[in-house]
Amino acid sequence: MGKINITIDNRELQVEEGTTILEAAKGIGIDIPTLCHMKLDDLDVENKPAGCRLCVVEVEGRRNLAPSCATDVYEGLKVRSNTMRVVNARRTVMEFILSDHPKDCLICPKNMECDLQDMAARLGVREIPNHENCEMSTYRLDTSPSIVRNMDKCIMCRKCETMCNDVQTVGALHAVGRGFEAVVSTPFHMDLDDTTCTYCGQCVAVCPTAALTEVNHTNKVIRAIADPTKTVVVQTAPAVRAALGEDFGMEPGNLVTGQMVAGLRSLGFDYVFDTDFGADVTIMEEGTELLNRLGKHLAGDKDVKLPILTSCCPGWVNFFESQFPDMLDIPSTARSPQQIFGSLAKTYFADILKIKREDMVVVSIMPCLAKKYEAQRDEFKVDGNPDVDLSITTRELAHLMKQANLNLVNLPEEDFDQPMGESTGAGVIFGTTGGVIEAATRTAYEMHTKKELVDVEFHQLRGFEGIREATVDFDGLDIKIGIAHGLGNARKLLEDIRDGKSEFHAIEVMACPGGCIGGGGQPYHHGDSSILKKRASALYREDAGKKKRKSHESPAVIKVYEEFLGAPMSEKAHHLLHTSYFGKKKSGPQIVED
Amino acid sequence: MTKINQHILTCGGTGCRASESKILAARLKEELKDSEISQNVKVVESGCFGFCEKGPIVKILPDNTFYTQVKPKDAKEIVEEHILKGRKVERLLFRDPNTNELIDESKSMGFYKKQIRIATRNCGFIDPENIGEYVAREGYEALGKALFELEPADIIKTVKDSGMRGRGGGGFPTGFKWELTAKSESDKKYVVCNADEGDPGAFMDRSILEGDPHSVLEAMAICGFAVGADEGLIYIRAEYPLAIERLKIAIKQAEDVGVIGDDILGSGFNFNISLKYGAGAFVCGEETALIHSMEGLRGEPTLKPPFPAERGFFDKPTNVNNVETFANIPAIINKGAEWYASVGTEKSKGTKVFALAGKINNVGLIEVPMGTTLREVIFDIGGGIKDGKKFKAVQTGGPSGGCLTEKHLDTPIDFDNLLAIGSMMGSGGMVVLDEDDCMVSMAKFYLEFTVEESCGKCAPCRIGNKRLLETLEKITNGNGTMDDLDLLRIQGGVIKDTSLCGLGQTSPNPILSTLDNFWDEYVEHVEENKCRAGQCKSMLKYVIIEDECVGCTACARVCPTGAITGNKKEVHFITQDLCIKCGACMDKCNFESIELIA
Amino acid sequence: MSIVCEKDKLQKQHQLRIKEICQGFGGEHSELINILHACQGYFGYLPAEVQEEIGMQINMPVSKVFGVVTFYSFFTMKPKGRFPISICTGTACYVRGADKLVDEFQRELGIDVGQTTGDGKFSISTLRCVGACGLAPVVMVGDKTYGHVSPNKVKKILKEYKKEE
Repeated sequence: MGKINITIDNRELQVEEGTTILEAAKGIGIDIPTLCHMKLDDLDVENKPAGCRLCVVEVEGRRNLAPSCATDVYEGLKVRSNTMRVVNARRTVMEFILSDHPKDCLICPKNMECDLQDMAARLGVREIPNHENCEMSTYRLDTSPSIVRNMDKCIMCRKCETMCNDVQTVGALHAVGRGFEAVVSTPFHMDLDDTTCTYCGQCVAVCPTAALTEVNHTNKVIRAIADPTKTVVVQTAPAVRAALGEDFGMEPGNLVTGQMVAGLRSLGFDYVFDTDFGADVTIMEEGTELLNRLGKHLAGDKDVKLPILTSCCPGWVNFFESQFPDMLDIPSTARSPQQIFGSLAKTYFADILKIKREDMVVVSIMPCLAKKYEAQRDEFKVDGNPDVDLSITTRELAHLMKQANLNLVNLPEEDFDQPMGESTGAGVIFGTTGGVIEAATRTAYEMHTKKELVDVEFHQLRGFEGIREATVDFDGLDIKIGIAHGLGNARKLLEDIRDGKSEFHAIEVMACPGGCIGGGGQPYHHGDSSILKKRASALYREDAGKKKRKSHESPAVIKVYEEFLGAPMSEKAHHLLHTSYFGKKKSGPQIVED
Repeated sequence: MTKINQHILTCGGTGCRASESKILAARLKEELKDSEISQNVKVVESGCFGFCEKGPIVKILPDNTFYTQVKPKDAKEIVEEHILKGRKVERLLFRDPNTNELIDESKSMGFYKKQIRIATRNCGFIDPENIGEYVAREGYEALGKALFELEPADIIKTVKDSGMRGRGGGGFPTGFKWELTAKSESDKKYVVCNADEGDPGAFMDRSILEGDPHSVLEAMAICGFAVGADEGLIYIRAEYPLAIERLKIAIKQAEDVGVIGDDILGSGFNFNISLKYGAGAFVCGEETALIHSMEGLRGEPTLKPPFPAERGFFDKPTNVNNVETFANIPAIINKGAEWYASVGTEKSKGTKVFALAGKINNVGLIEVPMGTTLREVIFDIGGGIKDGKKFKAVQTGGPSGGCLTEKHLDTPIDFDNLLAIGSMMGSGGMVVLDEDDCMVSMAKFYLEFTVEESCGKCAPCRIGNKRLLETLEKITNGNGTMDDLDLLRIQGGVIKDTSLCGLGQTSPNPILSTLDNFWDEYVEHVEENKCRAGQCKSMLKYVIIEDECVGCTACARVCPTGAITGNKKEVHFITQDLCIKCGACMDKCNFESIELIA
Repeated sequence: MSIVCEKDKLQKQHQLRIKEICQGFGGEHSELINILHACQGYFGYLPAEVQEEIGMQINMPVSKVFGVVTFYSFFTMKPKGRFPISICTGTACYVRGADKLVDEFQRELGIDVGQTTGDGKFSISTLRCVGACGLAPVVMVGDKTYGHVSPNKVKKILKEYKKEE
């Protein structure tokens, strides 16, 4: 790759061949506005439809304006990014976009977090010409268990389409219609709930407007806390503490565990617990299951299938239920940490408190939208009462705290309550890609070899490549491990398994790129994927600082097995901590006889 | 073998077929069957003769007699009189509307006099379903020459030297395009023929495909040899059943003869051609959109570069040319670059096919040298304005073009001149308008088209064009302001400047050119609430002529809104605020006492 | 005549036909438009059930199939009438009064463009240029072309078909 000499706004510079004007300008501090361009370098994701036309610039010798996001530099290129022709064009195009966008910003779920709103302010739009004469696109509001689609607010940036199809290979959303009627939608505009949607929420994570948002449960949480007859228990997922600070203006990668606990307590939750406790229990169950299956497999039992797949990610569970309904016997039957926590909270902990499960409300704070769906699955209800009543996202928690006038930055650091607030470093790293399998390896190694694992950090399992593989020496037995994050990557591993080409013993899958730290419920990264890496390293930091770093060494875990569950995979554990999967109809008509 | 000494050519184009030309051909054959000379006369269903206004056309060779508006029932007379007795059927000859003279030969008709036919050289002369007739007129000679006498580089040089520019609209030099594809290294390349003619009111490509499909196949093979491609694809509108049928027949025949397929004429060169169908999307005329459509995707354009010549169909180098461009190629190879370059203007060589339509006497398909003036086309070839009305404007370039006026009539037509006066060549639609046409409505018509056909990918085209249309509707509804006229210019300018593909970059042209050339008419709509052409309904008033009204009450009874009042046997009155301009009263009135005024 | 699908259901024979069509095109994703043409040719239109089955057969998300169907104006998700009326609204026909024909057909049949009459007999659509500009304005009913149509001829044209059963 050669260097190329160009001029932007009268400044001469040298850039690599293949650089776009947008990137070149960014390199010298010129921030050209764009709404549709998204490049998540660390995840190898790019959305470049060149559709919003806000990034247009003047290029010497060219008749019309050039979209800087999609125009590569060439030797001698002269660009003007700030002429009045450009300014006028950008503002006029922005007026077009706003002329077909609702103007209910004050009560919009994305108020103050909306890229479109920021852009309107930046481009100085003050009126929409002839606005009373402008027809607006209107669509049916679609509410699913996790995601709300309000396509009136779609600006056709196509980011969600890229995430849903190219990255996740879910294919629930696609551009439909043509011209003014063009919009990103579901097949036949059906409810999202009837599609192959996994609720991974990656569409929500990248939507620049409020066309795609999470179902908001904050009001229900407020009502539950305000209800004196209810004991409200909260659990927080590991990835939340590595990202919550961002919504309070803190630098990405700040760990705010203590302040978060203080905030939750201040909000009035009766018990502030940690999903990491559930994660540690998950490891006990999943690790045992792995070793069981491995043992039987090695003993030649043909009925036992390998690899075993992790099952803590609900987006992933939804994915294989709808896309691979023929392979439901491969994933671990262990419930996710959220559900294990919920199940134990309403049995083990309710017993301790001597209250009925109906009088307890379990709220989870999750980086995830699929967790909302998971919480309301019938398998996780007892007589209609769910193990986890309400699941809210990191973003919703931030909103809730702000509503209660709590600024995370000013809060003291406090500790989780006991007994379900205690956890190990293994539980913490669940929040990033590779973390679950690393945690499982720490425990399975010691269970299998009966030897102490001295160095608990498996760096070969860490990283950000979409598909990773590693071999771990279990004292002479090579365990082959696969890791995939992003459902498109998971699909590749699953297709290998289906074709009999997979050599893995165990595979970890996370639906979201980066794992839970990149979940659909996290503070918006606004296209900066370096944030995800910072969140991941924060989790590894918390792990490194923990006294206990193996799930089976957690006193709280040992206690719950001793006092309540018996052993991992016991009948009680099976009943409370495991689940089964259901093939979902992949959309298609019912075939009837002639 | 029987010697055929007479041919009866009947037009088998879509237009004439709609007027029962197929039945006519069958009748002619029937009539001949019983005659003693049936062995010596051949009835041929040819492609379009171009003179659609007077279709169906029948031409008799060798004497070149040209019959117009022939009906199936005329078959008997043609055979009995002309074929058997050698007497021309006068009543079917063309009568010059100006001199009132009967003209029995096409060559002497104004419509044909100024035409030079290169791309359409065979249309109307051969049976398109018979490869032998194509071969008899130098068909596949150029391919033979290309394969055995020329190197690919020679072919490209010839095309470059000919000065040929793409006939699809943009006018990109064809030779350079071929060179670009030839230079792209790849294990696989494609040649694509763009036959997705989408300009409403243009049917050049279809006529060529219907009348002379082999010329396109031959040119594609030559192109394939020149650029190093072994596969050709024709992307054709599904709405062109006859053209599709004839292409299929032509491909089959060419394969059977060995001029298409593997090891063509023993040269070792392979070139296969197949059809891909469009499905009704104007934007697919844009080459990147066309390629995506051929890949089974939504026909959304993508940014160039990369050009299809570098990365096209299935990411392989792809040369895309339109039908008319290809149809010229065999002639250029046969007769040489110099010959071709001798026709036309300095920067636009050769001829251009136009679909002449609208308020003109001779609607049809014409081919004229570049540099012919609009006046020659409209008045000499087109025979002037219909019904003695006054010429008002001519629209060229379809939805991407503009409306030109009286003052532009002496402009020689070529790519650059049309661009300079605010229109463009486009694919070759030419619609003539008279005093009854409202120019604001005309701009609105084209905007309705682009709004419907915009793919929706980029914001200025998706939303901007809709806003332009709404403003035009506001104006034609009588609610426009002078600010709206400014807004049209500002927004139109930005849409041109910022849209992703050619569709959006040209869509405001019909508005901008009418604003330039018919500003007064816009102002009248806005300031006086007046449409001088009487086309904008909301600006019309139904009024009762007091002297004529007898008070029969028929109008009042039929009026759906109760806008008409009046006592029996007294003059009635229309309350304008209540009138919805349905026209029911005027239809009902037996005394012609209701009139429509602007 | 269109084949009517019951909601969310597809008859076995129709499924087999779709399968055949898809296999005929090698199940290739790039052949989607040809597959849709063939299916519309068979069913008369492309109801959701047919699109879903195509998606199943060629292993393509139905959202994408639907995205393509809704992009191209040739494809329709509504069954057309037994006598589909297409009014050419190309430029040549427009300047010779095609818009008045649209009004007249709509008025006579009491339906809008894109709709089908209650008895399933007529549907109205507009199309851009059938290439018979010399006959402008042009109307097609099924495969039959009518040239130089004026609003007062509309009733007569419809009459030809109204008596047919």
